[in-house]
Amino acid sequence: MTTTSRDALMSFEDAIATFDPVMGLEVHVELNTHTKMFCGCPTAFGAAPNTQVCPVCLGLPGALPVVNEKAVESAIRIGLALGCSIAPWSRFARKNYFYPDMPKDFQTSQYDEPIAFDGALDIVVETDDGPQSITVGIERAHMEEDTGKISHLGGATGRIHGADYSLIDYNRAGVPLIEIVTKPIEVVPALAPAVARAYVTELRELIVALGVSDAHMHQGSMRVDANLSLKPRGRSEFGTRTETKNVNSIRSVERAVRFEIQRQAAVLSSGGTIVQETRHFHENDGSTTSGRVKEEAEDYRYFPEPDLTPVAPDEAWVEALRATLPESPLLKRARIRQEWGLSEHDMQSLINAGALDLVEQTVALGSDPADARKWWTGEIARISNERGLDVAVLPITPADVNRIIVLTSEGALNDKLARQVIEGVLAGEGGPDEVVASRGLAVVSDDGALMEAIDDALAAQPDIADKIRDGKVQAAGAIVGAVMKATSGKADAARVRELILERVTGV
Amino acid sequence: MSDLTRLDASETAASVAAGQVTAREVTSAHLDRVNQTDEQVHAFLHIDRNLALAAADAVDAARAAGEPLGPLAGVPLALKDVFTMRGAPTTCGSKILDGWRPPYDSTVVERLRQAGVVVLGKTNMDEFAMGSSTENSAFGVTHNPWDLQRIPGGSSGGSSAAVAARQAPLAIGTDTGGSIRQPAAVTGIVGVKPTYGAVSRYGLVAFSSSLDQGGPFARTVLDAALLHEVMAGHDPKDATSIDAPVPPVVAAARGELGGVDGLKVGVVSQLQGEGYEPGVQARFDEVVELLTSMGADVVEVSCPSFDYALPAYYLIAPSECSSNLARFDGMRYGLRAGDDGANGVEQVMAITRAEGFGPEVKRRIMLGTYALSAGYYDAYYGQAQKVRTLIRRDFEAAYRDVDVLLSPTTPTVAFPIGERADDPIAMYKADLATLPSSLYGGPAMSLPAGLGDEDLPVGVQLMAAVQRDEQVYRVGAALESALQERWGGPLLDRVPELVQGGAA
Repeated sequence: MTTTSRDALMSFEDAIATFDPVMGLEVHVELNTHTKMFCGCPTAFGAAPNTQVCPVCLGLPGALPVVNEKAVESAIRIGLALGCSIAPWSRFARKNYFYPDMPKDFQTSQYDEPIAFDGALDIVVETDDGPQSITVGIERAHMEEDTGKISHLGGATGRIHGADYSLIDYNRAGVPLIEIVTKPIEVVPALAPAVARAYVTELRELIVALGVSDAHMHQGSMRVDANLSLKPRGRSEFGTRTETKNVNSIRSVERAVRFEIQRQAAVLSSGGTIVQETRHFHENDGSTTSGRVKEEAEDYRYFPEPDLTPVAPDEAWVEALRATLPESPLLKRARIRQEWGLSEHDMQSLINAGALDLVEQTVALGSDPADARKWWTGEIARISNERGLDVAVLPITPADVNRIIVLTSEGALNDKLARQVIEGVLAGEGGPDEVVASRGLAVVSDDGALMEAIDDALAAQPDIADKIRDGKVQAAGAIVGAVMKATSGKADAARVRELILERVTGV
Repeated sequence: MSDLTRLDASETAASVAAGQVTAREVTSAHLDRVNQTDEQVHAFLHIDRNLALAAADAVDAARAAGEPLGPLAGVPLALKDVFTMRGAPTTCGSKILDGWRPPYDSTVVERLRQAGVVVLGKTNMDEFAMGSSTENSAFGVTHNPWDLQRIPGGSSGGSSAAVAARQAPLAIGTDTGGSIRQPAAVTGIVGVKPTYGAVSRYGLVAFSSSLDQGGPFARTVLDAALLHEVMAGHDPKDATSIDAPVPPVVAAARGELGGVDGLKVGVVSQLQGEGYEPGVQARFDEVVELLTSMGADVVEVSCPSFDYALPAYYLIAPSECSSNLARFDGMRYGLRAGDDGANGVEQVMAITRAEGFGPEVKRRIMLGTYALSAGYYDAYYGQAQKVRTLIRRDFEAAYRDVDVLLSPTTPTVAFPIGERADDPIAMYKADLATLPSSLYGGPAMSLPAGLGDEDLPVGVQLMAAVQRDEQVYRVGAALESALQERWGGPLLDRVPELVQGGAA
């Protein structure tokens, strides 16, 4: 069914004046284990279709699953980092439904016996009254396998409707997933969209800090389903919820929640009822549309997976994993902000650039935090944006940046040259010292050579010397510019200025 | 060698090892026997003469090179068509898999290959191992060599018939609720369901994952033990595989662990009497007397939960099968029907499954789907699991007092083809005595106990505690030799000659 008519919306302000939103967020995280959940196939993203498959993940008759211990380890670490209890005994279950992207026509998941349950994640939300701390309850985190990927081809929309044919790539089938489910989130209504965004942001930070997933929303290694319902102010029982899928960026989470609040409020206010359904989010206009309307309630006929034995992590193992947990990103940010004396805004741009850890590592090597921030969130972040890549995956290390900062503070590089060194390092020309040497980027520090260029410049603009002698020292800028040009920017501008003043005033 | 098809597996292997006969000669003799008899018996769905001879040649070459040979090297075997094997189709007796050639070997086939056992071909079976007669095969019924008008048991009826017809001295079947033991009983041979988890299920196309177990068919207890030892052992590819040494089944079968003198044998009250044919009961009573005369301490044991084994089984097995068989949807392999360019994917799946599955498979898928449905789960699947726990407790209590339990294997001798085809409940009752130990997971053997009504074979079932497989072999071997002494030779000597004019 294609939706042609736009849904009626109530203004957000009116909606939250009448209704209390209740959210439930389900986040799927694709683990970065080398092999799949139940077989030894590689999980690398982007391989040619159906090249990372075997009888097990293709669900061939007779093949059997074996649990990936590394995935269990990651699940436990995520659970612990979310303050969950780790079940001493948990089981996999089969979720039965027919769909061609699922080789066995059931998904091996966990049902009523998840590996981790009952935790919480603290988040900070910006409000008009400043930052506010909120605790989001975590219902459970469980293990499951991903499905294959279907491409609908031949149609205009890339959707199944109107497609001529569909192709299935099972490379992703069986990749380990952790599904993290919140308890119902009920906050100050106006904050709901921002809370959704802050939760997903914080969770992503945590996952990345744990090192268990790339958590790239645009590549689908982190996926969010947003459940939302409204209840009239003062009512205690929850309303009918919708589940919005395809929410592929952190910003979209906020938009999707906001849209559903406005849409559901309009439906309810006009006397309508909310249909329990799956909705799809549309990046282009921020709307959600109804998925296929199901004629009957979905019955997954869950039952314990008889091909697998229970997962029973012993306490010593769990405690050993607890000892590997990183500092919570929230606490870490507070600590760093204080240590470096950053404003809330500076801190936010550092996080937005994805460069917090890189800056921290650069500072650990001896750099001044301000210098480290300048390069990582300036030139390097600019290039990463240009290339559409995360800063962290660019081929430049905190050690490289630290070296550039050292060379600059020693006067061997100026900012312009430093940018060229960064460019060279990113181009694979070697470390900063190698790039300096091979590109001949050292600052011209030979006063004799500079003097020659200064004399030439003064001769070309004879009025400048007079102006300087008359006390208009800023006029020297024109000569500095000319000298920098003549030396291809390799001169130290401050030194050039000194030399000009010496020459003209004879001091 | 006058007739290589009359040798036991152990004798054949010894002859090959001694150089008295080549594996190729042995294999050829059995392939010839299949050629001469299978038009009547229809035990095999697939024979690849070249593949079998190549496997035999590999054994002969290994021997010539002086390499040590395993205890069954060069012995031909008939493999139930539910195990994957490279180079051959796997159909599971179903149209829905017609033409599918698996790209991988089951662990059982890998082990057979390593042991030098020569796989002759794939045998007929009830579709997806659901049935007790092979009548549910999509590729025709298999006939019992004792009486071609009768069923050879099921679901591993092709394998049992092949051994009884001397087409192969060994065969492999799978047993979910009795599918090795019941066919063994009605064809007068030895069949063993090992402890659940003893034999890897990797490459065994699943019917009911928590019950399926591969096991041996043979003409003697020792041959069954030798094959058991080749098949069993831990497999990291099967999470339910037991990670412990295989019990000493061969030593037990050779009598090295002792006979039955002083052993405590329990006769299960619930598995005899009413519902058991007089001829079956008579042979069973004789076995009990014989054991007593051999020094065993035979006592009556009551296992009240066994009365609920049949309903519990027919909830658990269909529930698991409804999920296991979901993958046969026409998308990736096997039959695809209804793909006319107009039908959507769900219609193609539905049409494929409607055309590809037979009525018994559909019946069980529907039963299982229902039993797992929201609102019914607790009353059916959940309740059945509770019964399973009670049955396990009955067994555990019994094995605190006795070493083995004893019952008839089946309530009747082989029934005529067609007799129960339209009466599923009557068909299900063929497994009445075998279901309890399937639900429990312990080892069980069917051993020929003589001829019953209509001069057809009767089997006695020996059951033991989980991971005490050697116990059934120990008692089985002692009983076998006492019975054969009484009969003046193996029971199978009395199977009718299938080839006109005597042995080939």
